[in-house]
Amino acid sequence: MHNKSVAELSRDLESGQVSSVELTQQFLERIRQEDSKYNSFITVTENQALADAKAADEQRAAGHATPWTGVPFAHKDIFCTNGVLTTCGSRMLENFVPPYDATVTANFRKAGAVCLGKTNMDEFAMGSSTESSFFGATTNPWGLGQGSKRVPGGSSGGSAAAVAARLVPAATATDTGGSIRQPAALCGITGLKPTYGRVSRYGMIAFASSLDQGGTMARTAEDNALMLNVMAGFDPKDSTSIDREVPDYTAALNEPLKGLKIGLPKEYFSDQLSPAMEQQVRDAVKEYEKLGATVKEVSLPNAKLAIAAYYVIAPAEASANLSRFDGVRYGYRCEDPKDLMDLYTRTRAEGFGNEVKRRILVGTYALSAGYFDAYYLKAQKVRRLIQQDFINAFKDVDVLMSPTTPSPAFNQGEKTNDPVTMYLEDVFTIAINLAGIPAMSIPAGFVDGLPVGVQIIGDYFSEARLLNAAHKFQQVTDWHQREPQ
Amino acid sequence: MTISRKDIEKVAVLARIRVDDEQVSALEKDLGNILDLVDQLGAADTDSVEPMAHPLDAVQRLRADEVTESDQRERFQAIAPATENGLYLVPRVIE
Repeated sequence: MHNKSVAELSRDLESGQVSSVELTQQFLERIRQEDSKYNSFITVTENQALADAKAADEQRAAGHATPWTGVPFAHKDIFCTNGVLTTCGSRMLENFVPPYDATVTANFRKAGAVCLGKTNMDEFAMGSSTESSFFGATTNPWGLGQGSKRVPGGSSGGSAAAVAARLVPAATATDTGGSIRQPAALCGITGLKPTYGRVSRYGMIAFASSLDQGGTMARTAEDNALMLNVMAGFDPKDSTSIDREVPDYTAALNEPLKGLKIGLPKEYFSDQLSPAMEQQVRDAVKEYEKLGATVKEVSLPNAKLAIAAYYVIAPAEASANLSRFDGVRYGYRCEDPKDLMDLYTRTRAEGFGNEVKRRILVGTYALSAGYFDAYYLKAQKVRRLIQQDFINAFKDVDVLMSPTTPSPAFNQGEKTNDPVTMYLEDVFTIAINLAGIPAMSIPAGFVDGLPVGVQIIGDYFSEARLLNAAHKFQQVTDWHQREPQ
Repeated sequence: MTISRKDIEKVAVLARIRVDDEQVSALEKDLGNILDLVDQLGAADTDSVEPMAHPLDAVQRLRADEVTESDQRERFQAIAPATENGLYLVPRVIE
């Protein structure tokens, strides 16, 4: 049962082969037995899940089912859940029980899905390894079989590990610089970061508001489509949400790929990519050629500036967003503050971890008097150059393909002492957030027994096309079905 | 680009984060490395390039000036560290 996809579970529920209560009990039991190895959940909402499952079975019996009615899944602990602890991986929110639902949370509730709990993540989504969580690191299910403790990637490492370990068939995630695609690649699952503005950010705890985007994680492209059907749409509560029609993302999954024009950005096949990694990507591209696609090299000349631009823009926006954590209205407060300044400075020193503090300080510096033009404004100009590269590329090709990461999952502790080395983990993913376009990572083979991903990048609002390309690949390969031992 | 101890102390005050003396050296190194990375931006020719704030160049939407939220003060204050008579409590500001 735990190897089945959302689509398969939905069919089993519809045919009456299994009830939501039975399914929910089975997945909860797996979490209880297995998750001590991975630490992929921060909170498991057992009682609420069983109550929701019972209600879902009643809805289905009454003939009011959606494809999600009664299907178990999990939320990244960045989405506010009314009445359920929401920590964002931080001590600052260790005791935060939101009095409202994020729009994404409300949408899954309306669809009748059964949330089993909240998944682990890098603190405030700042990281690429899920090691900066206040609630302990998450371990990648791959690698354990060879006796090594590998990172699952981050920041959505809890969601990725839980899906890879078959603790849930699907989980929500967010992506500011690669936080869906990089963990999806390192855990051997399928993930999608939609176009900026496609999924509401309301109630999704903010990191860098012009880059943050909620998205999907599951083992198959089809399940990602089913998730996006629930998540996408205009929301008046999010001022940057886009008012544009939402297609049925499952409708075009089986369209033939004959004539699909694939571009390979030459800057993403450089020296930093090991020959073994490159081979896996080239093999995947060959599969696409067999499916009728044509391939050409393209150039993104400004892509090399993406990490530099990102590490101005993201910390600057984070420093403004995280100023709300002041120890006054909710969340952590230091003991016995002697005056207001002491309350603020000690609450924030004790409530935030080191990486979050580093980024707030860098961002504050970049925005401070005398530095704004040289850093923030300059980075925003470079951001437009990066965007223009993608716009030019999409005049010639339909999608771009590249490796998702420079290498497979690294060992825990390997990069924690050097923030800049950790930042380079997102070298192939970060430009996509700056441009605001959608991209996926799909499983495409193994290097040293560890999964690697291929990134498929599309033009604005081309999610259906990306899902179609991913789905067709998954009809002729089985990388996405491999299970960690 | 290096960042001085004095800069770090000043930024820490602006960001309202207490930084102890022994943490300043580590921050000098880490923030210095991040700013070195960021300095690559200087190489880009951005004359006559408009800064980009939103990927789709969208502008702020306005909504009708109508009340849409109900008063939920008690629920919201139930999760506050300290309240009294419907007010949030902080250390005394005015003697």
